[in-house]
Amino acid sequence: MRLIGKQLASKLLWVLGQVLLLPTLLMTSVQAFGASDAVVDEAQRWGLNMTEGVTAVSHEIYDLHMLIFWICVWIGVVVFGIMFYSMIMHRKSSGAVPAKFHESTAVELAWTLIPALILVMMAIPATSSLIKIYDSSEAEINIKIVGYQWKWQYEYLGEDVSFFSNLTTPQDEIYGLAPKGEHYLLEVDEPLVIPVNKKVRFLITANDVLHAWWVPALAVKRDAIPGFVNDAWTIVDEPGIYRGQCAELCGKAHGFMPIVVHAMEEADYANWLAGKKEEAEELKAAMSQTFTMDELYARGEKVYQANCVACHGANGGGGLGPSLVGTGITTGPINAHINVMVNGVAGNAVMPVFGNQLNNIDLASVITFKRNAWGNNMGDQLQPVDILTFKKNQ
Amino acid sequence: MGDHGPAKGFGRWLFTTNHKDIGSMYLWFSFAMFLMGGVFALVIRAELFQPGLQLVEPEFFNQMTTMHGLVMVFGAVMPAFVGLANWMIPMMVGAPDMALPRMNNWSFWILPFAFTLLASTLLMEGGGPNFGWTFYAPLSTTYAPPSVTYFIFAVHIMGASSIMGSINIIATILNMRAPGMTLMKMPLFVWTWLITAYLLIAVMPVLAGCVTMMLMDIHFGTSFFSAAGGGDPVLFQHVFWFFGHPEVYIMILPAFGIVSAIIPTFARKPLFGYASMVYATASIAFLSFIVWAHHMFTVGMPIAGELFFMYATMLIAVPTGVKVFNWVSTMFRGSMTFETPMLFAIAFVILFTIGGFSGLMLSIAPADFQYHDTYFVVAHFHYVLVPGAVFSIFAAVYYWLPKWCGNMYDERLGKAHFWLSFVGLNLTFFPMHFVGLAGMPRRIPDYALQFADFNQIASMGAFLFGFSQVFFLFIVIKTIRGGEKATDAVWDNPEGLEWTVASPAPYHTFTTPPPVK
Amino acid sequence: MTEQLNTTLSVRKLVARLVVVTVVMFGFGFALVPLYDLFCDVTGLNGKTNSEAFIPVAELIDTSRNVTVQFIATNNENMSWEFRPEVFSMKVHPGEEIETTFYARNPTSGEMTAQAIPSVSPGRAATYFHKTECFCFNQQLLSGGSAIDMPLRFIVDRDLPDDVNTITLSYTLFDVTETGVIQATSLTAL
Repeated sequence: MRLIGKQLASKLLWVLGQVLLLPTLLMTSVQAFGASDAVVDEAQRWGLNMTEGVTAVSHEIYDLHMLIFWICVWIGVVVFGIMFYSMIMHRKSSGAVPAKFHESTAVELAWTLIPALILVMMAIPATSSLIKIYDSSEAEINIKIVGYQWKWQYEYLGEDVSFFSNLTTPQDEIYGLAPKGEHYLLEVDEPLVIPVNKKVRFLITANDVLHAWWVPALAVKRDAIPGFVNDAWTIVDEPGIYRGQCAELCGKAHGFMPIVVHAMEEADYANWLAGKKEEAEELKAAMSQTFTMDELYARGEKVYQANCVACHGANGGGGLGPSLVGTGITTGPINAHINVMVNGVAGNAVMPVFGNQLNNIDLASVITFKRNAWGNNMGDQLQPVDILTFKKNQ
Repeated sequence: MGDHGPAKGFGRWLFTTNHKDIGSMYLWFSFAMFLMGGVFALVIRAELFQPGLQLVEPEFFNQMTTMHGLVMVFGAVMPAFVGLANWMIPMMVGAPDMALPRMNNWSFWILPFAFTLLASTLLMEGGGPNFGWTFYAPLSTTYAPPSVTYFIFAVHIMGASSIMGSINIIATILNMRAPGMTLMKMPLFVWTWLITAYLLIAVMPVLAGCVTMMLMDIHFGTSFFSAAGGGDPVLFQHVFWFFGHPEVYIMILPAFGIVSAIIPTFARKPLFGYASMVYATASIAFLSFIVWAHHMFTVGMPIAGELFFMYATMLIAVPTGVKVFNWVSTMFRGSMTFETPMLFAIAFVILFTIGGFSGLMLSIAPADFQYHDTYFVVAHFHYVLVPGAVFSIFAAVYYWLPKWCGNMYDERLGKAHFWLSFVGLNLTFFPMHFVGLAGMPRRIPDYALQFADFNQIASMGAFLFGFSQVFFLFIVIKTIRGGEKATDAVWDNPEGLEWTVASPAPYHTFTTPPPVK
Repeated sequence: MTEQLNTTLSVRKLVARLVVVTVVMFGFGFALVPLYDLFCDVTGLNGKTNSEAFIPVAELIDTSRNVTVQFIATNNENMSWEFRPEVFSMKVHPGEEIETTFYARNPTSGEMTAQAIPSVSPGRAATYFHKTECFCFNQQLLSGGSAIDMPLRFIVDRDLPDDVNTITLSYTLFDVTETGVIQATSLTAL
């Protein structure tokens, strides 16, 4: 028995030597022939591999991924090499006579211990990366991210800046009625803006079901869980626009709630933030302003596209939600309409409470729009102040 | 007493307590479910053929992904293995029948009810289950369509069927073996099934508990999984995966047993490391209970938990590696021929190992932050389940079909089926690694333009793979209806008691225990 | 014949044992609920904090150390209240008892009940964050149009690990007016 074990071991070693050369050859040939730009470009277009990303953590994860990948390739080459060797050499048709051996403690011990050692080698860098990823202390900017069915809300904590980020890809592109744009399904009305080279901490939670906030270039993926808050952080090295998607099934439009992060130089970020605050001030002032019917209608159409179209359809004809054409709500008493928009519908988990999600101008506009679009022709209109009065009196 | 044959007509199947009849019914049922789940998969792949929404709406797409998963896991793979267990275990251990023949009849016949109930939800108002086969709360509780209650009952029935089947299998293996058939002489298929059956008994009740909690949350105002009442949606995932991880091994351990029977036969050489195979299977089963949270690396576990589950998961590579090395060593210096069962078994070893590699990559928690819930995961578990579980079932059918029906299958057609399936499956699932790494999330009905090319290839592969299985149905029916008569041994000196009986195997075998060498 | 009888008997015994295992594992599924809570308490998983008032022991204040405590407020779906912390962020010394408030207003015309669910991030800090008084211990009832400043008193434990210098306390407000929620934990305690 021992003899057979030895024989097997030496045979294995020989085969090993033969096949170990293979990947080296492969790699060099890829480097030699594959380096031409065209090939690289093509590979990039097809998206073959994980992104290296733009943060220290994402680079580290990429390196870890490649390390484990190459280890797997080597093991694969050895194991499959031996397998194919015996499939070619030890065929009955070529007159192979079967050996009788069926165990060898030495060999079995070896192929239990060697993989265990390889695993330890993998575990060491993985552990150190994980410890880094979990260290969210000393952040300079804190942003609360809330997942909604089906959009994201970003709130800059301590800054009084908060907004929703909705998909902007038109329904026509999705349904093939218009050519698809470059960033099809990965474009939003308001991206998350962060400065480069600063530690930004994300506090992630959800409003309804589970979501997951994922931007591959930042290597940040965290589940958003209603009632609980998770944290993650990033320091982006290069300015740019980075795109991601919701990564946890969250219902119908799970595939339609992208994430766009715009990383800016610090000065640009400061400008943007100041602009955002000013905008908020202006918005406050505008609350008491009066708008014309056309202004309301145009703004309302945009709000409708961002918030309502997924359920009520491009022409108000309904879908997951009821039709809005000529129905009791859109063509009934205006106060009932405001009530539905501000407070939602009792017992209906799908219709959001827009009173918290849209400002008074947007509410007034979208209600005005719905009452006058698609042949509803109610002719009435609302001003922001009407919404305010409604909220106060209820 | 042992002489009478099967009863006539439909009553034979309805009231049968014969392990071979019940085994056949399980296999036919699972094949029907395989086709149904396959149709759901083709709806998914057709919609994903190109970007944009062409065929189905997202609501329906979600129902398709959910039903595809549920039907394939609980309807196709698990019943197929139970069917093989029914047919083969009594013959392998030298028993006249299963230990509990009447319960055996029950555990089969409640299955069609469960799946009729499940499939009928598609026609209900609000549609069928649309929350993924992992049915995470609260999408599956507060936000679920009304049909979720029927889904819960269907899961309960499937669970009851599995538990009854497992009790039966354990009782058969532990009490019905022929004299001289010691535990360490049992074929590996029997061993792996014994361990699988224990896994089933340990975790199916947990699944039942899990869906019962859902039911209570939905209808009786409890809040196990709702934060508002002091519950926690993450708890759902812990309970689910405590069931779910052993469950994925339930779908692969019997496959190990099948491959361990086939490779020695066609390598004409005894299985290398029988004892280590048994221990490796047992260690995989044990580890399966302490790795569940690797499905949840992104829920925000404390780092200690994250590290524990990462290390424990990586450990699984060791016993799994032992198995692969044993198979390769069995082939090494054998005298190999490559009939259809062997082709499927070899493809199993190679492709399952590739699935194992991506599993190892996924176990690395930091890297998992990039892989989690992408198509990389989809590629991984399809590589372990399709060329893993499904290929092993094909291999088993080709291997034992001559014993079951007495006729040889057509080797040329069998090989054609193998190559079509092999090409189809790699075309379907290999590109999924790439789109996953490039950032495509799973369970989306529409995708960004950079994923278009690979998705197109995957969709074409899926249709090739799907239609090859209709061809498989044709081959099986053709073999049952006629063909070259099989000898009793069928293959070149295979090992096992099943080859000592006539082909086709008589309705009653081993009414007196056979001698065991 | 006796052999067959023996087999039948041992099959029966085995089946009985396996059925017991099945029932026990069904129970274990439910037992995971309190086990999980226990696990969370010990490890701070999910940032769960104490749900009953912490009885402070006279603690020394560690004035040498400053910890930033942040407060965030989130409305769960269909919750129409205004809900926000009085301050977003403060610096505290470990061991010191601090009081702050959260503002809530019910803008609707009807009476509503709300339940606030706390969560701490990083989760590791949860076990070192002691609330001596919190509006989250009870449900909050507000009549239509009324507002309230809800108190929160807490102590950051002096044993807080050195590398934690920011603790975020998040409250999510759930509308429980209609549900009349039964606590999952109290149910399993039966």
